[in-house]
Amino acid sequence: MKNKINTNISSKQKNVSFSKSNSKWSREEESDSFAQKVKLFRQGSLSEDDFRRFRLQHGAYGSRLQMNYSMVRIKIPSGEISPEQLEKIASLSEAFSIGSAHVSTRQNIQLHWVQLEDVSEVMRGLAEVGLTTREACGNTVRNVMCSHFAGVCPEEAFDATAYAKAIARFFIRNPMCQNLPRKFKINFGCCNKHGLVRIADIGLIPVIKDGERGFKIYLGGGLGAASFIGHLLEDFTPENKLLSTSMATIRLFDRHGNRENMARNRMRYLVHEMGWDKFQKMVLKERSIVQMTTAASTAKLFDIRAEEETRQLPKTEYTMMKLPILKEQVTIESPAYERWLHTNVVPQKHWGYFTVFVTLGAGDITANQLRVLAETIRDFSVESAARNTPQQNLAIRFVKENDLNEFYNRLASVGLANPGALTIASIVGCSGTTSCNLAITNSHRLAKEVQHKFLELGFDTDDSLRDSTIKISGCPNSCGQHEIATIGFFGGASRIGTAMAPTYTMLFGGSAEEQGELGKAIMRIPAKRVIDTICKIIEIYKQEKSDTETLKQWINKIVRGEGTGSIKSIENIKTILTSLTHLPPIEQDPESYRDYGTDIKFNAKTARGECAA
Amino acid sequence: MCRLKIKLEDKNVDDSNDNLLPIICTIDTLRTLIKKKLVRVVDVRKAEDYQQEHIPTAVSLPLAVLLEKDTPEGVVDILENLGISDKMPAVIYDDTFGALAARVAWTFQYVGHTNTALLEVTFSHWKNLGLETDKNVNTFPKTQHSLSINYDIHADASYIEMVKEQPNKILVDSRERLNFLTEHIPGAKNIPYTMVGSINSSILRKPEEIKRFIYNRGINSDAEVITYCGSVGTLSGLTYYALKLAGVKNVKLYSKSFREWKSLGKPKEEFKDANYWDLSAE
Repeated sequence: MKNKINTNISSKQKNVSFSKSNSKWSREEESDSFAQKVKLFRQGSLSEDDFRRFRLQHGAYGSRLQMNYSMVRIKIPSGEISPEQLEKIASLSEAFSIGSAHVSTRQNIQLHWVQLEDVSEVMRGLAEVGLTTREACGNTVRNVMCSHFAGVCPEEAFDATAYAKAIARFFIRNPMCQNLPRKFKINFGCCNKHGLVRIADIGLIPVIKDGERGFKIYLGGGLGAASFIGHLLEDFTPENKLLSTSMATIRLFDRHGNRENMARNRMRYLVHEMGWDKFQKMVLKERSIVQMTTAASTAKLFDIRAEEETRQLPKTEYTMMKLPILKEQVTIESPAYERWLHTNVVPQKHWGYFTVFVTLGAGDITANQLRVLAETIRDFSVESAARNTPQQNLAIRFVKENDLNEFYNRLASVGLANPGALTIASIVGCSGTTSCNLAITNSHRLAKEVQHKFLELGFDTDDSLRDSTIKISGCPNSCGQHEIATIGFFGGASRIGTAMAPTYTMLFGGSAEEQGELGKAIMRIPAKRVIDTICKIIEIYKQEKSDTETLKQWINKIVRGEGTGSIKSIENIKTILTSLTHLPPIEQDPESYRDYGTDIKFNAKTARGECAA
Repeated sequence: MCRLKIKLEDKNVDDSNDNLLPIICTIDTLRTLIKKKLVRVVDVRKAEDYQQEHIPTAVSLPLAVLLEKDTPEGVVDILENLGISDKMPAVIYDDTFGALAARVAWTFQYVGHTNTALLEVTFSHWKNLGLETDKNVNTFPKTQHSLSINYDIHADASYIEMVKEQPNKILVDSRERLNFLTEHIPGAKNIPYTMVGSINSSILRKPEEIKRFIYNRGINSDAEVITYCGSVGTLSGLTYYALKLAGVKNVKLYSKSFREWKSLGKPKEEFKDANYWDLSAE
């Protein structure tokens, strides 16, 4: 029997500076009202549809084919989370979930398989540390994201964190977005590389023009069964038009969005069907109306100053300290600490400070790991916070050079010091058949298997693979963001001979940068051949590449049909991979027809998706 | 059963006192009782842990030793050898978040030793608070203990089969969520021990919290609740006392639990439509 209840009560603090006034997102009464609604639903006084709407509005999804359980999605606006909040999530995961928490691709933290009757208790616990699940699901403004490098990125114009929080605070519980045609996503970047600005309903990159702060705003992007890249609204949107632009966009979507066809009701379809030029004009016109008609008292609710960092953090010097390692290049034989430094730590624009990444497996972290991490953050991060990343890892910023070694040792003591967070070995995987109604395949386990294999092979130490990404979804709906991966996969089911097998459609050449593109579908691969296929692609790349060409650059070239070696195009590479993806008849190799994590026959079972409720 | 906190200061109690300990014995109460030599403290950790150090005056009864002699007569024999008479208050502790202590306490109460309580903290917690310990191997003269089985707090497999369909009888599985989802006794509700246990000052959560949890689940305090877990009734022992603390009057422990249920080939409910184990980061 394992001792799951940790009785360690000592908590020492060292090095740590300041406690931040913790901005509160929660409201205590929402937990009581949730408990009350569950009772009414169980008694039959509340219809299933009404209850589902209410439940989603409060951040609880139904679990896979088991509606008595919920996935509770905790919003982390801007991705910034305190040690106390991490500790609370640890306790709640032990008491009401499965003893592990899960970092999502949109900076939420999810607790799975929570009994419906306990959801209110999770909400009550979260409220004690200011966190909320409100509008984490449903047809509302979802968690407002912000690049985890915001505030430390050497390339950024200014720190967008306060803006992201102010927007989140303005729209949460705001009557204007409680019943949108569909969910609505807002992402802030820091520079043109970091932050998923082109795949959001509203994506924003901070810029400074003639000394004035503002943003480049992209509208109408998003991933899903049909994906689109966002359009640039105008060259420069000054910060005093940030709120009116956002309100105008949401109001237009509310009025014109498709409320009939659930499969096509995200704003990107509206933009696509109407045409960008027309939509752009409407937004600009609507913005003037918003500016003229918004009451001063309403506009005041958008308060950037109130969200700003009040603590004194190290001054930006725009000179970066090099990583404290002797060799520029590490190998699989390098000491574990050097390998970790090379693949998990980057210098900040503040001299002497580093951002440390904690490598998770498809976003999963145990309660005990969360507690040790919280303690480590208190001891070593000057800003005393973590940011969760869309790669399903955690970033801890403002760590001093001299503390890196001890930081590593603390992580290693609880199995959190895996290398590879900033490399191809950091695989994204949605929850898949571990908990999602829509999933066809176990993308979650596959992501962990790929990560395990890559670390074993030392792919994290190969700098030519470093800027490539692998992202896996369990169905075409893109929660695993497969369309912005260098090599992406989404799950499906295929008949092979006489039997059904779990398969993945492989995509090449996606990228989320400002100049990014969506991946192109290449071919279907049986689930149990995915790892071999990726390894083969890397092997071919090694033979074909020109001097300094990275895997990402080479794949982009192949997608454009501009290969210079024996592989010129997608067709060429498909020919080579086809034999690898061929399965013998099921009688000869039943294992290859099963999905990961199960020993029973594959059966593509799904139920109604709840996103569209 | 009405349990009142004993007032120690103004009473010169002796071995024949009829003051019952509450379900959870506070640190202060235990220290006073130890000073007045009015309590038998029972350490149920492994023998080697006991030998290193333990709470002053404690006797050693490793859970494994009790399980070897886990018949009513065997348990009475153990009580007598530890010098625990019918009226001697017994306070039990472990270092396993209260689960082992709970199983031993329940066993004492089952054979008729009503005045039994769980110490509110684990041994590690006691140590962390800087409280006194000793290293003596404590023994007390053998005494007499009667046998009066309390059938009301015990359930076996045939009883579980009988109550399955009855509305006001509720079967509670105390194992963790993933184990429960994998397989459980048909009709059982899941209250993982991690939900009622506590990481704070006491081994159990506050009664009002546990009350709210079971109210949310639609369990009334007048319902009959039977708890079980995976093997020998430790985790479910903790849940047993959590429910008692929350005011559920009629609680029973299926001490042989799911291990026996499976070995008897009884029906199970399984959930195979999701790969939930792959979500665990362990």
